[in-house]
Amino acid sequence: MTGVPATPKKPIDPESLNVILATDCGSTTTKAILIEKVGGGYRQTYRGEAPTTVEEPAADVTIGVINAATEVGELAGRKLVDENGVLVRPSNDRDGCDIYISTSSAGGGLQMLVAGVVREMTGASAQRAALGAGAIVMDVLASNDKRKPHEQIQRIRDLRPDMILVSGGTDGGTTSHVVQIAELIAPAKPQPRFGGQYRMPVIYAGNKDAAHLVADVFKNQVELSIVDNLRPTMERENLGPARDAIHDLFLEHVMAHAPGYEKLMAWADAPIMPTPGAVGEILQTIAKQDNINVVGVDIGGATTDVFSVFDGAFNRTVSANLGMSYSISNVCAEATLPKILRWVPFDCDERELRNRVKNKMIRPTTIPQTLDALMFEQAVSREALRLAYVQHRQFAVGLSGVQKQRTVGDAFAQQTGDASLIDNMRLDLLVASGGVLSHAPRMVQTAMMLIDAFEPEGITRLAKDSIFMMPHLGVLAQVHPRAAMEVFQRDCLIYLGTCIAPKGTGKPGQPCCKYQFTGGIQTQGEAKFGELLHWPLGVGETATVVLEPSRGFDVGSGPGKRHEATIHGGTVGVIFDARGRALTLPDNRQACQQQVQQWNKVVEMYP
Amino acid sequence: MAQGYTPGLKVTPWTHWRCRRVLPIPGEVRVAAGAKVQAEEVIAETAMPGDATPVNVAKLLGVPAGELAKHLLIKVGDTVTVGQVVAQSKGLFGLFSSEVKSPVAGTVESISTVTGMMIVRGEPLRVQVRAYLTGTVTEVLPREGAVIEAGAAVIQGIFGIGGEAYGVIHPVCSAPDQDLNEDRLTDDLRGKIVIGGQRVTQGAIRKAQQLGVAAVVTGGIDDQDLREILGYDLGVAITGHENIGLTIIITEGFGDIAMAHRTFDLLRRHVGQRASVNGTTQIRAGVLRPEILIPCETPLMKPHEQTREEGQLVVGAPVRVIREPEFGSLGTVATLPSEPALLASESKARVVTVKLSRGETVTVPRANVELIEG
Repeated sequence: MTGVPATPKKPIDPESLNVILATDCGSTTTKAILIEKVGGGYRQTYRGEAPTTVEEPAADVTIGVINAATEVGELAGRKLVDENGVLVRPSNDRDGCDIYISTSSAGGGLQMLVAGVVREMTGASAQRAALGAGAIVMDVLASNDKRKPHEQIQRIRDLRPDMILVSGGTDGGTTSHVVQIAELIAPAKPQPRFGGQYRMPVIYAGNKDAAHLVADVFKNQVELSIVDNLRPTMERENLGPARDAIHDLFLEHVMAHAPGYEKLMAWADAPIMPTPGAVGEILQTIAKQDNINVVGVDIGGATTDVFSVFDGAFNRTVSANLGMSYSISNVCAEATLPKILRWVPFDCDERELRNRVKNKMIRPTTIPQTLDALMFEQAVSREALRLAYVQHRQFAVGLSGVQKQRTVGDAFAQQTGDASLIDNMRLDLLVASGGVLSHAPRMVQTAMMLIDAFEPEGITRLAKDSIFMMPHLGVLAQVHPRAAMEVFQRDCLIYLGTCIAPKGTGKPGQPCCKYQFTGGIQTQGEAKFGELLHWPLGVGETATVVLEPSRGFDVGSGPGKRHEATIHGGTVGVIFDARGRALTLPDNRQACQQQVQQWNKVVEMYP
Repeated sequence: MAQGYTPGLKVTPWTHWRCRRVLPIPGEVRVAAGAKVQAEEVIAETAMPGDATPVNVAKLLGVPAGELAKHLLIKVGDTVTVGQVVAQSKGLFGLFSSEVKSPVAGTVESISTVTGMMIVRGEPLRVQVRAYLTGTVTEVLPREGAVIEAGAAVIQGIFGIGGEAYGVIHPVCSAPDQDLNEDRLTDDLRGKIVIGGQRVTQGAIRKAQQLGVAAVVTGGIDDQDLREILGYDLGVAITGHENIGLTIIITEGFGDIAMAHRTFDLLRRHVGQRASVNGTTQIRAGVLRPEILIPCETPLMKPHEQTREEGQLVVGAPVRVIREPEFGSLGTVATLPSEPALLASESKARVVTVKLSRGETVTVPRANVELIEG
């Protein structure tokens, strides 16, 4: 690519690393963890946190980093910061660390505008590249997005993205359409978010034959970087070069203009990554290593990120206004109150509830004090997660525009459009992170929020990120993959257990699936449709289960077919969910309350 | 002594206030350092490039983009008017000729030989920045704006709607627990900053809009009323651009909630004085709360004695409980236990015990109290 190269970092010898300090500079909190070599393997040993100091009066992110590192150092009995406020490197027996790495989402993260010629093709590929790099996509501009050109120009003027990614056309194809997109962006004279003192970074990753024409349109009005086409042919995506360019520009332009980041970048021994980009890295690493399909979710105050790796294909979506505090009001507006209230087993006054939701929005740091308040927040979270997953499934599809051979079977199945890559029946591991999931007082609450929102099918393992260290491990995977994997498996994940859920629907009380457990659980019986069953199975324990679903129900081998599997325990154990897929609740409010109360009782959700 | 950190809203009878007033893009600054300025005075100005209107001339004319040049009647830099013919094709034997007219007035900024697209740039849009605070220019930021400083009474609200407004302080409620309903609004309130008490009703806001009231400041509002007034449900608390004819500032929160006595008394002390208000609220990174600034050289009320540092939650500090079951109650910090306590929700959290103004002492999570900053 053209433009200023990122500061080159010294090559790191992974074998020489004994002590690693990693931070994640979030919008409100800077979280630091210490990873140490213990008995030949790597373990996460201590953690500390401090308020992020991007805002006035401190206005220097490194102050928060030093505070968080100092706290970790005090807990570890290891001096990580010297008297001059400098990180002590390299380590010796008592002091310092060997490398320091960091992620950042402070200041609202990385916000991008992307553009392509056809929204569903190059537009979608550009969106995938931006999301995969950890950005929030503010809008997707395309020749066929149904807006008139002047409306598109006005939209670009109204937004203040950190950078713009332009794609369009396959290599060797027509050039005029992608030039047309550039001709909409150039006259809009987009202004970067952090002040007007530098030019807007624009990445061009479209038809290589149009690159010089696009450069001609932008002239010197923007900071243009030209990289390989992200969709060189209809059948192939090549997102790597665009993602790398986004990361480089994130460091050179966006981060460099945030308070204290120049210093932070100089401190870090590996390039600073946007937080969600780092989470994506670690999930891809584990999916690849264990050859499994994974879905991860991080629900925050403002946004919900969903990550998936299915058959090696990675996708990430950010639901920008689905969150538990800043955006809680939007969740209620999008999901509607009746949908949220179906999870609440008591009567509520709607007017009071609406005011409570708004009060949480304007005072986002408050926590539920009463049991009723907790139940309501967990109900909201189910709907926020459900909506975020719906968006993710719609987005995670195969490449559009590729000619496919259709069989007679497809024609009979009436399959139209692009099928989602997400298949809940083939999902192996569902990982939860984010305040409402991580801080739930009972582990079973986290498990049930995941099950109710994501509706896993067949056999699915459930886990949560213990202290939200996936971002740290994502950066570590870049410099020391083995250390990252060791810590991920030993210290990062808390396994909640396994969910067994037959796919299909029926009438309440009708036979759904016979089961026979051996090993860690010794029981057999038949689950009736509508039932929820729960057995303890501890962390590290396993059991073998033989499932014989009734006609019309599928647990992994096809409708009505016997299925045998080894299942893993956890802090919750095994939840047998015979409530049906898709999961439906009674329409009648009274009946719904009774039903939810009964399910809650079975799994001991609340005191 | 046990202490903690918790953010709070400023309610102070007098402080030295500093406003940084800048243009969105570079422009001309009209004031010099040391100058005395009035709140509504324009201190900096710039022109944003006008709206750009794209016209695909080649497509409309039905000619290839590469051949467009010979059909054009205008060139880059020319001024065009609405309906002016900008390109013409000759047609067969002089018949069936077609022409393209400009849909807008402006200057031809570019004509693409690749796509045949013409961009017409409209008149520049003027952007002005006012002083906002009556005071002294203490620093000029070349081509950007200026810093204005003055002594002022400052009150931050929790949530607002609408942008900057100016007017005279005019209370209409005699106690902070009185609702601000339409009966309290009289015809002489045009251009004034109306101070209420407890909840403002939808009827009162509708009437205030009709009367031309500059701003309404009160304790609470109902979410349902806000939705009716805005015409949509507010999803995230990023406001300031609403165009509803007035600015609304809520000091406490949503629901039936009385304005804190301290805020109410302070506003009443400044009856008849001119103030600047801004409803802009942003509750995300870079928090912005709505504010009321009343310039005054000397405090009309004795400032509250504050020995603690800003943001420090210490025994004796005045606080407001900001979550149910005691939402809205005011009191002072009684104790700050260092060990986390088990809440009714079964969560473990660090707590504070608060002696409420009604006499009772309650235990609440530290995250659920807000300091009242003096």
